[in-house]
Amino acid sequence: MKAATLGTVLPPLAALLVLVALWQASTDVFAIPDYILPSPLAIAEAVVANWPLLLKQSWATFVESMLGFGLGIVVGIPLAVLIACSPAAEKTFYPLLVASQSVPKVALAPIFVVWFGFGLLPKVLIAFSIAFFPVVVNTVVGLQRTPPDMIRLMRALGSSPLETFWRVRIPMASPFIFAGIKISSAFAVVGAIVGEFIAAEQGLGYLQLVANNNLQIPLLFACLLMLSVLGAVIYYLVVLVERLILPAPLRALQNGEPGQ
Amino acid sequence: MTHAKEASTTPRGTAISIRDVGMEFSRRGQSVTALDGVSLDIAAGTFCSVLGPSGCGKSTLLSLISGLARPTRGEVRVGGRPLAGPYHDVGIVFQSDVLLPWMTILDNILLPARVKKQDMGAARARGLRLLENVGLIDFRDHYPSELSGGMRQRASICRALLTEPSVLLMDEPFGALDALTREKMQLDLNRIWAEDAKTVMFITHDIEEAVALADQVIVMGPRPGKVIRRYEIDFAQPRTLGIRREPRFQDIVDDIRNVFHSAGVL
Repeated sequence: MKAATLGTVLPPLAALLVLVALWQASTDVFAIPDYILPSPLAIAEAVVANWPLLLKQSWATFVESMLGFGLGIVVGIPLAVLIACSPAAEKTFYPLLVASQSVPKVALAPIFVVWFGFGLLPKVLIAFSIAFFPVVVNTVVGLQRTPPDMIRLMRALGSSPLETFWRVRIPMASPFIFAGIKISSAFAVVGAIVGEFIAAEQGLGYLQLVANNNLQIPLLFACLLMLSVLGAVIYYLVVLVERLILPAPLRALQNGEPGQ
Repeated sequence: MTHAKEASTTPRGTAISIRDVGMEFSRRGQSVTALDGVSLDIAAGTFCSVLGPSGCGKSTLLSLISGLARPTRGEVRVGGRPLAGPYHDVGIVFQSDVLLPWMTILDNILLPARVKKQDMGAARARGLRLLENVGLIDFRDHYPSELSGGMRQRASICRALLTEPSVLLMDEPFGALDALTREKMQLDLNRIWAEDAKTVMFITHDIEEAVALADQVIVMGPRPGKVIRRYEIDFAQPRTLGIRREPRFQDIVDDIRNVFHSAGVL
């Protein structure tokens, strides 16, 4: 590990360790029972004891999240392209899309269960309904942000609108698209969990409800831990893909460094 | 005026010919006249500056000559042919460099050849020569964000020259640069142009810049944009920094200022 990376990783890691130590100490000192706030050690024990179960349920939630997330990208980007390229589509769909966001998607979950049952589909759809909006909005903004002179330059070179789209507008929008995808990746997990809360036979949300009913509070916290790991894994998968696809100058553009 | 005579209206070997061109836009339901009855002839190999305040339609004029826009009235001919759309024999430099941030400087410069599906080997050789000429050869593999504003604009000039167009259109290319970089760029541009005399149409709102560079200065007045004065600048080309100190140079600049003043611009 390079010194610079170590310098950025070490301080937050140290702070986390101190926080966990304080947590452990306070549960010991004040004799807080496990069913109110389990100690970090009790949670660790629960993780070890239930490891195969946790892994299986995490996988279920992972699959639901990724399917909803993927669907959000596959539907969101083409819709954004349509909105960005056609003023008529923008006028028609964009206001509806924005207005639809006033509906709390979480509240759709019971309806989806009624329509699609207890299986995989309602979870995927809830994850999708939350995940797809940030992809659409960010992609539209990115596509609309192409400097007009860049488009004029391409036109003057004899490039067709389609060629300009692929050569210039999509690459210029890609940092925005990835920003939207990153937000969606976190939202998708939320959607999947909510779906599992309503009605499910597997998944971390389901396991949380079971643990809750059995007063297995350390297991409840173990699920929470797995959920955070799951969210981080999906997020860093996106970061990895971004690193593979986006050239360095475009990634810098996303981080707000001057590019143009 | 002995030093700034009216330009002859029918020069030989006309590269760009504009006949009674008018341009109207509709903006928020209202019709806006950007250009009204503009006629111009620019001889082949001439460096022509178009000078005017913002909103005088000089950028519109450039759009018409580049074929990116069609006039609502009149005719634009380049190399004798009436324009029907974008054409190959032109290079454009905008105020912003519009280099593509994910491409290296060399790849950016080769973009016209790639879009026009030309022979990339020959284009590459030309591109490297151009970069050598403007002192950017060591930066060919850098990204635009790693270069200064002046270097980037230099690269965008190389890109415009890659396909060896006979007409070079420049829309306030140095407008975003600091004063020192600007003067250096003016000298460089003048040198590049003198080596290989293309027809240049250079749009600016800087009077001294216009006079220092051009053989011919077209002064435009505001709303609706029309030509209010033409000057032939007969200092020898290529120009040096020294001409700015000559009394004749100052006389022309003062005269243009007076023209703007009486047109209500200054």
